[in-house]
Amino acid sequence: MTLLKQSFELGLSLCRTCGLAVSGTSLRIDRRCPRCQSRIEHRTPFSIEMTLAWLIAGIVLYIPANLLPVMHTSGLLGEADSTILGGILEFWRSGDRDIALLIFVASIAVPFTKFIAIGLLLLTVRKNSRWQQHQRTALYRIVEFIGYWSMLDVIVVALTSALMQFQVLGTAEPRAGIAFFCAVVVVTMLSALSFDPRLIWDRPA
Amino acid sequence: MSAAPTPPSEEELPTPVVQNRRWIPRLVWVVPIAAAVIGISLLIRNWENSGPRITISFLSGEGVQVGKTLVKYRDVTVGRVSAVVLSRDHQTVVVTADLSKDAASLLKADTQFWIVRPRVGVGSVSGLETLLSGVYIGMKTGAATLRERQFVGLENPPALSHGPHGRELQLHAARAGSLAIGAPVYFRQFPVGRVIDENLLPDGSTRVTVFVEAPYDNFVKPVTRFWNASGIDVKLGADGLNVQTESLAAVLAGGLAFDDGPIEALFFTAGGMPGEFSLYKNEIEAMAPPDGDPHYVRMRFAQALRGLEVGAPVEFVGVNIGSVVAVDLGYERQDKSFPVIVTAKLYPRRMGQAYEALAEQGKTESVETLAAFVGTLVSRGLRAQPRSASLLTGKLYIALDFLPASPRAAFDASIRPLELPTVNGTFQELEASVGRLMTKVNDLPLEQIAADLHTDLKDLHETLSELHGRVLPSAVDTLSALHSTLDSAERTLDVESPLQRGLTETLSESRSTLQAVRELADYIDRHPEALLRGRRPQKMPQRPAASSPDAKP
Repeated sequence: MTLLKQSFELGLSLCRTCGLAVSGTSLRIDRRCPRCQSRIEHRTPFSIEMTLAWLIAGIVLYIPANLLPVMHTSGLLGEADSTILGGILEFWRSGDRDIALLIFVASIAVPFTKFIAIGLLLLTVRKNSRWQQHQRTALYRIVEFIGYWSMLDVIVVALTSALMQFQVLGTAEPRAGIAFFCAVVVVTMLSALSFDPRLIWDRPA
Repeated sequence: MSAAPTPPSEEELPTPVVQNRRWIPRLVWVVPIAAAVIGISLLIRNWENSGPRITISFLSGEGVQVGKTLVKYRDVTVGRVSAVVLSRDHQTVVVTADLSKDAASLLKADTQFWIVRPRVGVGSVSGLETLLSGVYIGMKTGAATLRERQFVGLENPPALSHGPHGRELQLHAARAGSLAIGAPVYFRQFPVGRVIDENLLPDGSTRVTVFVEAPYDNFVKPVTRFWNASGIDVKLGADGLNVQTESLAAVLAGGLAFDDGPIEALFFTAGGMPGEFSLYKNEIEAMAPPDGDPHYVRMRFAQALRGLEVGAPVEFVGVNIGSVVAVDLGYERQDKSFPVIVTAKLYPRRMGQAYEALAEQGKTESVETLAAFVGTLVSRGLRAQPRSASLLTGKLYIALDFLPASPRAAFDASIRPLELPTVNGTFQELEASVGRLMTKVNDLPLEQIAADLHTDLKDLHETLSELHGRVLPSAVDTLSALHSTLDSAERTLDVESPLQRGLTETLSESRSTLQAVRELADYIDRHPEALLRGRRPQKMPQRPAASSPDAKP
């Protein structure tokens, strides 16, 4: 490990667009690639700050996403607002445990895991920790990958409310909660995108 | 910029172009702040909107589901059941419901809650929607100012859940008849309200609470009479068959009707509007003038009174003034007879002006004055007499009538109840006279009469046959002779007969003779000398005068 040199130890930066290596590692000033005019960023600027901001936004939005009903169903058998947790409990009680587990994993476990993972990454990067660098990089990849699949609930609600329009017999309408849930997914994805995994490997100068 | 085309050497790495930073990455913090603001505002709104939590206890929680059963006010959802638990003594079910904030003002101390289930009655069907949707909790706000959070639910829904404008009235009756809650109340065949409650009072009478909707509650006046309109009223009167009913629903489910009382009552002006009315059995009873308290009298009849029933009318000079309340068999020790003792109640007020005369004396209600009054009537010949109300049914009624010819009767004014002297019924007298008539008929020598009649008839027959055999043929001959005589007379008088013709000729000849005589007379008148000299030839000028009519046309 110690044998490997970091680019800033060599006083170099790399243009991410055309691969041109340029001198200097300053993060504070806006530099442009002399060849392709792209912005040269030694590290993603304000990565930690932005990631943290998006993460906090995600966590804040996650609260109403779970408290507010995501769907309103009405039909002959009455009408009901269902929250995500309430829906999971209902599925679980009525015996559809696989569906309950699926929704739980997609809607509760995944966002929660993302919060914890990004939080962990931020914390360790902040401390310049050298702990489990490989695993942390793998964790980052997982977080980035998993983000696309967190929209399951949003898709379910969108499909249900589009298909279930039988007027008197039954209708389903989306409620505010699903918008918050959608926002949570988007914001956590942005949070993951703002994170610069190179920071994991940076050592204090 | 200038370095761009030249490829960088190994040693000299190109230095990037430095530009001023134009964007502020710290703007990203707007996102979590905005999220926090939205989240907090939602929470605040949620907290503001969250209404009161109430508990309602019911005897049974049938159909109530946590999180599903709604609380509705005027069919609008105002809350939802959040918990259903048994009470500590396990006697009731305590339902906890979260109401919306708007509903908080509906929670008064006398707000009522009930579970709406499908109910099917004769008069109405309600709550059918709950067959599919499940039960819900109905709610009716009260008028009290006190706020309350704990309620006792009703087991039966109130008849009027939405409190329309109108007036609630209490009706008292000995028995409610076949009235059901929700039965209609009619005013002149028009449904204007409903029965909302029935209670059996401790004294055994019934109290019926009715609700009359506005604006029809204005028809309820102090003089209004209520009566039970259930059933069909069939009357066979002098004007034919008369069937009267309020509506088919009233026939099946029962119903009430009300209208202004009798005209006498219109002059009656009470100060305030009474909240309580009497409920009469039927319209006739309701419309009858007030009867006042009845007085009881006893009558002792020395004859069988088959057909006299309890409830049979007692009529005074043809006016119904009471009814029979009991018919008992008595026993007289002295002569070992079995008189029929009839007890009747009389309403002195129905006696009209006689009552008013008594009322003027101001002592009507006491039995003593009544007894004295009756005593004078008895001395004038007042007697009770059973009479036949209908020959077809054999029903009897008691008539109080003046029968001055009846034997004197003792009247003891001190006996209670009053005992009226009686005479036997007219139908028995009728029976006796019919019996006497039958005896007389039996005594008639019918066979002798028949034999005499037979002989007379035989004589008549002989006379007739003689008439037929002898007198009739000669009469026929006479008639034919008469006929031929008339025939010849007719021939003689005919126009064509020789007699007629000869007569006509004779007449015309005598006419010409007469004319000649007149001419001769005229001539002699003008020429008297002709008698001496004879006739001269005629002059010319006389001719044209005779023929002048021919020349004219």
